[in-house]
Amino acid sequence: MAGPGWEHFHHVADIGVRGHGATVEEAFVQAALALTAVIADPASVSPQSGISVECEAPDRELLLVDWLNAIVYEMAVRSMLFSRFAVTITGQRLHGQAWGERVDVSRHAPAVEVKGATYTALRVAQEGGAWVAQCVVDV
Amino acid sequence: MDLNLFTRHDEYRWQINPRGRMRVPAVLFADERLIREMDDKVYEQVTNVATLPGIVQASYAMPDAHWGYGFPIGGVAAFAPEEGGVISAGGVGFDISCGVRTLVTGIPATEVLAVQKELAMVLYRAIPAGVGSTGGLRLDAHEMDAMLSGGARWAVARGYGRKEDLLRIEEHGEMSGAEPDEVSDHAKKRQRDEMGTLGSGNHYLEVQQVMEIYDAKTAAAFDLRVGEVVVGIHCGSRGLGHQIGTEFMKRMAMAAGRYGIELPDRELACAPLASPEGRAYLGAMRAAINCALANRQILTHLTRAAFAELFPAADLALLYDVSHNTCKFEEHVVEGRIRQLYIHRKGATRAFGPGHPELPEVFRDTGQPVLIGGTMGTESYILAGTAESETRAFSSACHGAGRAMSRHAALKKWRGRQLVDELAGRGILIRSPSSRGVAEEAPGAYKDVSAVVEAAHQAGLARKVARVEPLACIKG
Repeated sequence: MAGPGWEHFHHVADIGVRGHGATVEEAFVQAALALTAVIADPASVSPQSGISVECEAPDRELLLVDWLNAIVYEMAVRSMLFSRFAVTITGQRLHGQAWGERVDVSRHAPAVEVKGATYTALRVAQEGGAWVAQCVVDV
Repeated sequence: MDLNLFTRHDEYRWQINPRGRMRVPAVLFADERLIREMDDKVYEQVTNVATLPGIVQASYAMPDAHWGYGFPIGGVAAFAPEEGGVISAGGVGFDISCGVRTLVTGIPATEVLAVQKELAMVLYRAIPAGVGSTGGLRLDAHEMDAMLSGGARWAVARGYGRKEDLLRIEEHGEMSGAEPDEVSDHAKKRQRDEMGTLGSGNHYLEVQQVMEIYDAKTAAAFDLRVGEVVVGIHCGSRGLGHQIGTEFMKRMAMAAGRYGIELPDRELACAPLASPEGRAYLGAMRAAINCALANRQILTHLTRAAFAELFPAADLALLYDVSHNTCKFEEHVVEGRIRQLYIHRKGATRAFGPGHPELPEVFRDTGQPVLIGGTMGTESYILAGTAESETRAFSSACHGAGRAMSRHAALKKWRGRQLVDELAGRGILIRSPSSRGVAEEAPGAYKDVSAVVEAAHQAGLARKVARVEPLACIKG
């Protein structure tokens, strides 16, 4: 597989986010970019200010949902969008950082709010040497 | 779906007999075409729900059913606490108490059409909609808890709307048993700036014209007349409900094993009603119901104020407010016996029939209004609860059109600007901060709401009263 990347996948009512990369962390970072892309073009979001989040879950899949939900929460309470992410995973814990800016409706043209990341089509796995991290998000 | 999977009871009722771990049958209400076109996931999910502990009678799916989270959207299921019955965060949904209310204006459509653009603009300015929008009030900790306990009654006490509105809201505007202490600080913080906001996605505020009456007597009782204008508001409990859904989904997924509940799908995360997790969720969910009721009440106040700018004499009385993502404790007759059950309705509307003791006097003879939202380009419907609905699916009916196409596919097929122009050409003004949001919500991405409503009517879930069509729509 080529370098890290993200994509959206089909769900009839909502939308799936998928990140892939050489490591679990990279796949998580890309999945977060896919999450931003549900709302707006990540390229339109300037990574001006950073926040950090801590998550803990008994397995990698629940950890992915926690990570994405932590970003959903930060977007909601700070009225921000994020376009750069960093993730470190140690055992059941995740330390994440996100950089972005306040929502500017005219510039970001946000399409939709994300209510939450879900367990639907949830998968964190190694595929052909690369890691894939994905789930459906409710909008 | 393959019709061979079902035993067909009648033209609109399809049954899946118990097999494997199913404790009860699954029953779908729809016509043949809707069943054929329904997502295979509905079959999987409606049968999965039938495996949950303490489920009573059957796992049901409404005519607009589609792929949901654990439960199908359009799913209805009842649980008995004394039989180990469960409560499921997925069975209520992320947008707790999302629902619809309709205001009757008494204004002839001709008068609205004369100022259609101005009205659309006034409403668009008055109603905070879309990503990052904030409401005009900010709640401190004390007021937040008062709102979570008091619902629309709290909103009326703070000057949003009128006392008589409360009679025309389920639970009389105030869900009892709410426990603000079970709502996390995160959920409360997420709601701090979101009171009186519409949200985004499929939520809307729509000015509609009554086009056709199917049941003259009930329409008269509902104050609906052909050619007059009503307003439909569709939204829910905003960030607070979403956060509660997210947190309890995880908590229940992790707890289920402890209670010996084998989950066929992690999304079905649930806990016994009698467990600490079940009780905590119930208290938090009821607080979120109050948040949704308060939110729609504030939006009603803003709508009235906006209309008053152009129609100072208009009254905008509330017809009714229904919630279609809930779990409620109700009495139902099962095999001739009155049972007290917790009814999950995920994307399904309560449809109490005539004479139901929980209905206000004004709807005792007609049954409750059942408000079914269409898309921004198509008709919506007002129905009424029927007596026979009790014997169908615990007095439940459909909730909307239901998506037929993903947002992803819709985005490839339509452009927002083009849709707005096309709809304007048909006399429907769309006002939205997001062109992409409009494309994702394209009317063509939904099922035919008329087919869904016809199936609900024919199946006896609710009866058609009136059809309305949009004149202007504010989308988030």
